[in-house]
Amino acid sequence: MTEPTRAAAPTPAQKPEDDKRRTLVATEHLSKYYPVGGGLFSRSDRLLRAVDDVNIRVRRGETLGLVGESGCGKSTLGRLLLRLLEPTYGRIVYDGKDIAPLGQAQLRPLRRKMQIIFQDPYSSLNPRMTVREIVAEAIRIHSLAARGTEEEGMVSDLLKKVGLRPEHMNRYPHEFSGGQRQRVGIARALAVQPEFIVCDEPISALDVSIQAQIVNLLLDLQDELGVAFLFISHDLKVVQHISHRVAVMYLGHVVEQASVEKLYASPMHPYTRALLGSSPVPDPERKRLRVLLEGDVPSPIDPPPGCSFHPRCPRAISQCKKEAPPFAEVHLGSGHKVACWNPHVEE
Amino acid sequence: MLDVRGLTTTFETQEGLLRAIDDVSFHVPEGKTLGIVGESGCGKSVTALSILRLLPDGVGAIEKGSVMLSGKELVTLPEREMRDVRGNDISMIFQEPMTSLNPVYTVGAQIEEAVALHQNVSRKQARARAIEMLRLVGIHSPEENVDAYPHQLSGGMRQRVMIAMALACEPRLLLADEPTTALDVTIQAQILELLQSLQTKLGMSTVLITHDLGVVAEYTHHVVVMYAGRVVESAPVKDLFRAPKHPYTLGLLESLPVHVEGPTPTRRTRLRTIEGIVPDLAKLPPGCRFAERCPLVIDRCRESEPALERLAGDGEDDDIPGMGSRFSRCYRAADVERPSRFAREDRT
Ligand SMILES: Nc1ncnc2c1ncn2[C@@H]1O[C@H](COP(=O)(O)OP(=O)(O)OP(=O)(O)O)[C@@H](O)[C@H]1O
Ligand SMILES: Nc1ncnc2c1ncn2[C@@H]1O[C@H](COP(=O)(O)OP(=O)(O)OP(=O)(O)O)[C@@H](O)[C@H]1O
Ligand SMILES: [Mg+2]
Ligand SMILES: [Mg+2]
Repeated sequence: MTEPTRAAAPTPAQKPEDDKRRTLVATEHLSKYYPVGGGLFSRSDRLLRAVDDVNIRVRRGETLGLVGESGCGKSTLGRLLLRLLEPTYGRIVYDGKDIAPLGQAQLRPLRRKMQIIFQDPYSSLNPRMTVREIVAEAIRIHSLAARGTEEEGMVSDLLKKVGLRPEHMNRYPHEFSGGQRQRVGIARALAVQPEFIVCDEPISALDVSIQAQIVNLLLDLQDELGVAFLFISHDLKVVQHISHRVAVMYLGHVVEQASVEKLYASPMHPYTRALLGSSPVPDPERKRLRVLLEGDVPSPIDPPPGCSFHPRCPRAISQCKKEAPPFAEVHLGSGHKVACWNPHVEE
Repeated sequence: MLDVRGLTTTFETQEGLLRAIDDVSFHVPEGKTLGIVGESGCGKSVTALSILRLLPDGVGAIEKGSVMLSGKELVTLPEREMRDVRGNDISMIFQEPMTSLNPVYTVGAQIEEAVALHQNVSRKQARARAIEMLRLVGIHSPEENVDAYPHQLSGGMRQRVMIAMALACEPRLLLADEPTTALDVTIQAQILELLQSLQTKLGMSTVLITHDLGVVAEYTHHVVVMYAGRVVESAPVKDLFRAPKHPYTLGLLESLPVHVEGPTPTRRTRLRTIEGIVPDLAKLPPGCRFAERCPLVIDRCRESEPALERLAGDGEDDDIPGMGSRFSRCYRAADVERPSRFAREDRT
C-alpha cells in the first residue's frame, strides 16, 4: 500500500462551467481504518479497513447512488464526507476546499449546508424531545425563523411535506412507528435547507407508498433547490430511479462506478452482477434465477490478497489472486470505471 | 399453530385511548410464512408485540382478543409462563436492532444468553454456538466479531446479530419485524433462504412483517394487508399480486418503481403514490378508514365501515385470514382491478 500524502493531491480545477455540473464534494484516497481490539483475539497492530482508498465525486444538484454489501463501508463513507468521523487519511474536497483537516469550530459554518438522514431513526432522535423540538432545534441553531408562530408554521410545513400530521408535533419519538420516526429525521434534515444530503437508507423503513412520496420529495428538492444527494440504499430499483450515477462498494473499496443507465444495462463487475441478479421481484409467479454468492463473507481485517472479491468470484483468473486490480475505465472516455481483471464486457 | 382472533390493543396517549390495532385475526399454519404488509404506522409491530405481550408497561394493553399458540392461550398466561414461551417457543426479530441490543454487552454475550435460556450448555459450548450462529447469518470474521460491541458493527450486521439471537433457541414461531431492511439483496437472499431451511427442518412458522413487496412475493405463502389498525385484505400470495381486492393493496402495488430491467426511460419521473395521509387514530371516521384516499369511494363507504368478508367461491370453513381463503374489507371489492400493464403476459 502506498501512502498518499495530502499535499501531493491536486485540488480539482474550478472550470467556469454551468453551476449544475460543478463538483460539490470529491474524495481523494479517502480511508478510515479502525484498530481491532477489545477481545480475546486482539492484536493492536491489526486494522479493520472500513473505507479504503475511495475516490468519489458528487456534482451540484446530482444524486450519486451508493450500493454494496452490508458492512462494506457505505455509512462510514457517508459520515466521513460530512466529517462526522475522522478520516484516517485522504482528502475531502467540499466546494473546492479540503475539509479533512478542519477542526469542529471551522466546520460549523459548513454544517448547515451538509445534512444526513440516518439509517437508524431510533438512535438518532433524542427521546426526551418532542418532534416539534427536534425539528425546531435545527431551525434555531441556524436562526432560520423567529421563535413562535413563524417557527411553528415552518415545523408544521415540514411535517406535512414528509407525510406526518402536524397535530402530532407534540409527541415523543417512541410514540411513533419506525417509519414515522424515519420521516421525523427527514424533516429535521430538510429544515435547514442544505445543499448536500447524505441519505443513509432513508426509505428502507417505509412502506412503498410513502417511499414513493419521499422519493418524489427528494426529486422535487433537487429540481427546485439543486440539492445534491449521496443516496445509500439496498433497494436497487429505487437507486435506479433516483440516481444520476451509481457507485458500487465491496469491502471498503469502490469497485464499479458509472452512469445509472450504463451500470444497470451493462454491469461489468461480477459483484455488481450478483447484486443486480439478487433483487427480489414483486411477482410471485415469476421464476427467478438467482446467483447466490458462494463462500464466506471476507473480512475487512484480513482482506484476501489481490482482488478482495476473488474467493467468491465466478470469473476469477489467476491474476486476481495476486494483484489488486486498478480502478479504471475499460472504454476510455466512457466514464464507466471498474476494478476488475476480468470484467464482463459486452461486445 | 398460531391463531390470532379479534386482537385489539390500546395505547394511553395525550389524545386519549387509541386503538392501535382493532380486531385483528389471522392464522399461521405450521411451517408456513404469513406476510404482513401495510402503511407505516398501521399496527404491524404492535400486532407482533401484542402476541409476545411486550407492550410498554402501563401505556399499551391488550383490550380484547385471543392468541393461541398450539392450543395454548397466551393473552391470559401468567407472566412467569409467558417468559418461558418467549425463551423457548416464540422469538422476535425487532425492527430496530439498537432498541433490543444492549450497548454495554458484546454481541457474543447476548447470543450466549439466548442460547443458555433455552439449552443446558457450558459457557464454552454457548460461545461456540454463538460463533456458529454469527457465521450462519453471514457475519465476517465471526471469531472476532463475537467480541464486538453493537456500535462497532454496521446497521446490517446488527440486524444479523438480532437474527442470530432469535434463531439461537430454535423457536417454533418466529416473529420477524422487517428482518432484512438493512441488508443488501445478496445477504437478504441468504438470510431468507436460511429462514426457509429452518422452517423445513424445525417446522417453524413465521410471521414476516415487511415493506418489501419483492420479499413478500418470494418468501410468503399468505399475506395480510393492514391499514390504520385494521386488516383490510388477506389472500394467498399469488392471488394478492395477480388480483388485489382492496383499493389500498392496489395502491401499494402501483407505487412500486415500474421498470423491471434494462435502461430506464422512466427514470427520475415522479412515482405514483396514494394521495393523502392515514386518518388520525384519535379521530377515526365513521365509515371506511381508507375512504378519504380511495379512488373508488362511494357514499356508503363514508357512512359505515365495511366488514372483513370472505370473498365468494372460497373454502367455506375458513373463518379467519391465513387458511387459504381471500378476505376483503371493501364494498367495492369486485371492482378493484390491477391495470393490465401488470398482467404477466406483458413481461419477459
Ligand atoms: N408507545 C406508544 N404510545 C403511543 N402510540 C404508539 C406507541 N407505540 C405505537 N404507537 C402507535 O401505534 C400505531 C401502530 O404502530 P406500529 O409500530 O405497530 O406501526 P407499524 O405498522 O409497525 O409501522 P412501521 O411500518 O412504520 O414500522 C402508530 O400509529 C403509533 O403511533
Ligand atoms: N466504531 C467502529 N469500530 C470498529 N469497527 C467499526 C466501527 N464502525 C464501523 N465499523 C466496521 O466498519 C465496517 C463498515 O461499516 P459500515 O457501517 O460503514 O457498513 P455499511 O456499508 O454501512 O453496512 P450496512 O449496509 O450494514 O449499513 C464494518 O465491518 C463495521 O464492523
Ligand atoms: Mg450502513
Ligand atoms: Mg413497525
